[in-house]
Amino acid sequence: MAGTFDKPEIVEEDLDILLIGGGMACCGTAYEMMRWAEAVKAETGTELKIKLVDKAAMDRSGAVAQGLSAINTYIGPEQDPADYARMVSNDLMGITRDDLAYDLGRNVDDSVHLFEEWGLPIWKTDAEGVRHDGAESQREGLPALKDGGKPVRSGKWQIMINGESYKWIVAEAAKKALGLDRIQERVFIVKLVNDKNDPSRIAGAVGFSVRDNKIYVYKAKAVMLAAGGCVNLFRPRSVGEGAGRAWYPVWNAGSTYAMAAEAGAELTMMENRFVPARFKDGYGPVGAWFLLFKAQATNAYGENYMTKNKEMLNDYPPYGQAAVPASCLRNHLMLKEMKEGRGPIYMDTVTALAKLRETLTPKEVKHLEAEAWEDFLDMCIGQCGIWVGENIEPEKKMSELMPTEPYLLGSHSGCCGIWVSGPTDLGAPTTEELPGVPEHLPKGWNWGYRSMTTVKGLFTAGDGVGASGHKFSSGSHTEGRLASKAMIKYALDNKDWKVELDTDPAQLAEEIYKPVRNFLEHKDYTTAIDINPNYITPKMLQMRLQKIMDEYVAGVATYYNTNDKMLAVAEEKLEMLKEDAAKMRAKDLHELLRAWENYHRILTAEAHMKHIQFREESRYPGFYYRTDKNFVDEENWHCFVNSVYDKQSKKWTCFKRKHVDLVDKSKLFKAAAH
Amino acid sequence: MPTFVRTEKCDGCKGQDKTACMYICPHDLMMLDKDGSATGHAMKAWNQEPEQCWECYSCVKICPQNAIEVRHYADIVPLGGSVQPLRGSDSIMWTIKFRNGTLKRFKFPIRTTSEGSIDPYGGKPMPKVAELDKPGVFTKDVMGGYRAGKADELIRVK
Repeated sequence: MAGTFDKPEIVEEDLDILLIGGGMACCGTAYEMMRWAEAVKAETGTELKIKLVDKAAMDRSGAVAQGLSAINTYIGPEQDPADYARMVSNDLMGITRDDLAYDLGRNVDDSVHLFEEWGLPIWKTDAEGVRHDGAESQREGLPALKDGGKPVRSGKWQIMINGESYKWIVAEAAKKALGLDRIQERVFIVKLVNDKNDPSRIAGAVGFSVRDNKIYVYKAKAVMLAAGGCVNLFRPRSVGEGAGRAWYPVWNAGSTYAMAAEAGAELTMMENRFVPARFKDGYGPVGAWFLLFKAQATNAYGENYMTKNKEMLNDYPPYGQAAVPASCLRNHLMLKEMKEGRGPIYMDTVTALAKLRETLTPKEVKHLEAEAWEDFLDMCIGQCGIWVGENIEPEKKMSELMPTEPYLLGSHSGCCGIWVSGPTDLGAPTTEELPGVPEHLPKGWNWGYRSMTTVKGLFTAGDGVGASGHKFSSGSHTEGRLASKAMIKYALDNKDWKVELDTDPAQLAEEIYKPVRNFLEHKDYTTAIDINPNYITPKMLQMRLQKIMDEYVAGVATYYNTNDKMLAVAEEKLEMLKEDAAKMRAKDLHELLRAWENYHRILTAEAHMKHIQFREESRYPGFYYRTDKNFVDEENWHCFVNSVYDKQSKKWTCFKRKHVDLVDKSKLFKAAAH
Repeated sequence: MPTFVRTEKCDGCKGQDKTACMYICPHDLMMLDKDGSATGHAMKAWNQEPEQCWECYSCVKICPQNAIEVRHYADIVPLGGSVQPLRGSDSIMWTIKFRNGTLKRFKFPIRTTSEGSIDPYGGKPMPKVAELDKPGVFTKDVMGGYRAGKADELIRVK
């Protein structure tokens, strides 16, 4: 029986394992998992019931939907996973989990080698040092990475690719591994459900179809929650059509963090954010311009602010003394120029390309031009749109740079996310030395299953795993793979556990369709569909959230400044906003999607605000400043800030966890280290 | 508007059960206006929420009629330019037109294998359930990507 808008059909399904999301992390999870599931079936006869649920279409979902021009995490045979863990730590101002970064570092190249085998074109350098694109290098007979081929490095950890179809390729492998019967697209999971008999355990998840009037209720022993980071929780610099031109994908709505928090999972480092300095308005990538084309960024008067303001790095020992200063500190030096009125900031593409032309043949120059355009066309076509509209040819006209509105994520240069169980062989702590951690939470950094959160059976990867970062596409895929083994093991260890949802499916359906009810019940009260005292549109609710975050929680409006007083105002406003979220309306399924996305954004934003409030220092100068505590306080705050949320009382509890180095960080601060 | 659908080119993907652009849009923006009640153009697709468009071009690239183009963000970009791809099976061709009329064309590879040809587990080992506890992924011994690392780097491992 087909459902209707006021009476949706409820579809129930019993699974062993549910994967939420369809991006790189879930594709990695699916690929690794189905092989182990096959092994389980062959050895024991047990067929695990597995399903992946994506709110979009796997071919183009997640952060890699548009493509990428580089793989940002490739270790290569000449570097050590410990070097990688050090870089991650340094870029994130010293507070990351070495166990997670190291484990990712030692495994990530496996996924990259698979991508190349599946058909992803990876640039190569030949014996003469000439670079070839991924297809040409194959025609020329240059070896694959796996067989010793030399990638084109656009940085210490990055390699260049022809990545327009990156996601398409990775999704093809995952979809084939799963088989179409195990994939449900266009269903948006909005809530996790805990177990009736053990609230510390996951029992499943619920969501709805954005195509038909159907609610989906999944029971599962193990759940992978990998639904990306959070975008558009702050007022973006462009508020018209350009609001869609977010740096990170606009469909990342904080679902990972919000759903995990409501299920009781411990979050970590939610105060962290990423404010990328990118080409203005289009947010096109700068990495290749800095590292491959050797361009410099300057203030409006041609001064290199990294050189000019280098003394400012001394304010933040030891991080300012690293050979490569953390991303936030580079912003910090740029912001000084902007605040003192020496903007705009420019990427000097003209000088860089002119210099390169001096030593190149005309053919090589043409190739170079194509490379520069491909860098955008593979991953940020909107930037090309700006260049053509403004008649910017990079060899003739420089382009403005600008720090963006803040983003929350755990896979790029950010480390907010969920606290997970790590590997056991790297010397991670097994006790907790700082007081204040709620009793029910684990003490050390591992509790049995790799990548499991503090909720039994709930796993995460990619943007979901906090206190690490710099995984990017390849690392997110790898993290999914590492988790999937533990998920299979968990499902087997708990095969006799009878999962029971703590809430009745009919009640869950009511909660999910509440915005629809709000609309249907009140729509005829007024003559204008968008103006009604009984409900709020998801769009207006989002704008209210963005205004609060921008003005009080260190958005662009205040040059990323906040203080304890502003945070207190934000706290009160967010509480009222959260209450009003219950009055969101949905006039159709598309608006129901937006309603739930914005609910997830509010919870994520609240976590961000509470963590900044709790951490009485400014750990990430250049990303945000607490002007009442405008310093990095190594003595008191060289620690993780974690939190749990109680969905009954709707309150957050923040606490510290001790930070421990598993690799020697002092190597970062010697001149010879890089 | 970011992506827009050319009225005379779009055929609503009549032959299929859903339009290609609706199928692919990661943000659920593209809609088929079956009866013309939303746009005045029956059986044509449209972008229902332009200010949420990432300009990811997923719909532009997949449209079998090449009916979708992009008018870049009106609150940012001067009119007159265009960036239009033609995505084939192994490469993508871009035609880039500047506001001042300058024209550039680029062609880049997109994959080195044919679409649909991936054999995910071909030539890969079948792991043993007993190995679930061991570190690493199941292809560790065949893909050459495992980086063991120097033992003395781990300062807390005795």
